[in-house]
Amino acid sequence: MNVLQAGALILVGLGGTGVVICRDPLRQAIVSGVFGLLLAILFFVFQAPDVALSEIVIGAVALPVMILLTLAKLREHRDDEPEIEQ
Amino acid sequence: MSHRGRRGLFLVAAAGLAALLVHGLAGLPGVGHFHGRYGLLLAHVAVPERQATDIVNSITYDYRGVDTMGEEFILFASAVGLVIVLRRMRGERQDDDRDRDDASESAVGRPSQTSAALRVLGLALVGPVLVLGIYFASQGQLTPGGGFQGGVILAAALILVYLAGRYRAMTRLRPIPVVELAEGLGAAGYAAIGVGGLIAGARFLLNFIPQGSMGNLLSGGTIALLSAVVGLEVAGAFTLVFAEFMDQRRLTGRRQ
Amino acid sequence: MSFLAYAVAAWLLLIGLYGVVSSHNLVHLILCLSVVQASTYVLLLAIGYRAGGKAPVFADIPLSSRVVDPVVQSLTLTDVVVEATVTALLLALSLQAYKRFGTVDPDEIVSLTG
Repeated sequence: MNVLQAGALILVGLGGTGVVICRDPLRQAIVSGVFGLLLAILFFVFQAPDVALSEIVIGAVALPVMILLTLAKLREHRDDEPEIEQ
Repeated sequence: MSHRGRRGLFLVAAAGLAALLVHGLAGLPGVGHFHGRYGLLLAHVAVPERQATDIVNSITYDYRGVDTMGEEFILFASAVGLVIVLRRMRGERQDDDRDRDDASESAVGRPSQTSAALRVLGLALVGPVLVLGIYFASQGQLTPGGGFQGGVILAAALILVYLAGRYRAMTRLRPIPVVELAEGLGAAGYAAIGVGGLIAGARFLLNFIPQGSMGNLLSGGTIALLSAVVGLEVAGAFTLVFAEFMDQRRLTGRRQ
Repeated sequence: MSFLAYAVAAWLLLIGLYGVVSSHNLVHLILCLSVVQASTYVLLLAIGYRAGGKAPVFADIPLSSRVVDPVVQSLTLTDVVVEATVTALLLALSLQAYKRFGTVDPDEIVSLTG
C-alpha cells in the first residue's frame, strides 16, 4: 500500500466521522457531498474507476440534491409554525 | 429508554462488535495480497471470450448478470415505493389546490428568485449533460462507465432544468408517464434480453449476440444492450425520484 | 500499515452506527446509514486489491497485466447506485413521518406513537 492510498483512507475515515458528528442537517448534506468525493478518490487510488464514477454521480450529485430538497420541504413546513426553532 | 442509557448500551455493544471485527478482519489476507481465483480467472478469459475491454462491466452485465438484474429490481422497487409514499400525500391535498395552480408557483417564488445567469447556464448545460450521460451509458464495454453511471447523469439534466426555474414549464408537457414508461421498459428489457438468451441458446442471460472485435463499439454482444437498458431504467428511476421531491416542494408552496 | 484499510472500514461501520443510535433527526440518521454502507465499499475494494495491480480495463494495457480483482468492483458499482434510490425511499418516509407527526426526531415519534 502506498502513501496515496494511506492518505485517501485516512481522509475517508475523517470524512465519515465528519458526516456523523455534523448535527445540522443542512451542513451535513454538504459534508456528505465532500465525503462522497473523498470516497471516489479512494476508489480511484484503489484502481476502481468504475466504482469511482458511480460514487461521483451519486455522492456528489444525486444524494445531496435529494437531501437538500427534503430539507427545503421540511423548512417550508416549519415556516408555517414559527414557534418551532429552525 | 433515556439517551444516556441508550448511548451506554451502544458503547458496550460497539465494543463487542469492534472486538469481533478485529478478530474477523485479522484473519483476512493483508491488503494487496488477495488470491481469489474467480476474479483472476475472469480477468484473463473475459477479453478473449467477450472482446469487451472493461472487465468490471463484463462481469456486471454478463458473467454476473443475474445479480445485476436483482439489483436493478431493487432499484425499480424503491423508486416505485417512493412514488407511492409521496403520491398518497399529494392526493390528499390536490383537491383544494387544483384551481390555484397557476398562481402557485409565484408563491413558492422559485422562478423569480433564480438569477438570469443561472437560468441561462442551467438550460445551456442540459444538452451537454444529456450527451455525457448517453456517452457513459453506451461505452460501458470499452472504458469505465455503463448504464448505472450514465443513467444517473441523464437524470441530473432534470436538476439543471429545475435550477433554471423551468421545471414547471416542463411539467406542462406531462413527461412523467414517459419517464415511468422508460423505467418499466428498462426493467422489462433486461428480462427480455435474458429470455432472448434462453431462446437462442439454453441459458437465461446467455450472451447470444456476436461478440464483435476488441475495442469496437459493437463488441461484447449483449453487454452493451444490457448496459443500455439499465441506463434507461436508472435514468427513469432517478428522474422519477427527483421529480417527486421537486413536486413536494411545489405542493408546500400551494398550501401556503 | 497493510491493515489500515480494514481499520478504516471497521471505523466507518462503528461511527456510522453510533450516528444512527444517537441521532435526533431522521435526515441525519439516513446520512449516517450511508456512512455505514460506505464501510462495506471500502472493505470490499480493500479485499480485492492486489499490490501493484492495475485497473481491470484492458483498453490500453497488455492482456497479461496484473490487475486488481474485478468481481468486488462489479458488486460495489451496482450497489452504490441502488443504495441511492433506497436512501431516496427512506427520505420520502421521513417526509411522510414529518407530515404525520410534525417532527423528524425519532425519540419524539416514538413517544407520540407509544
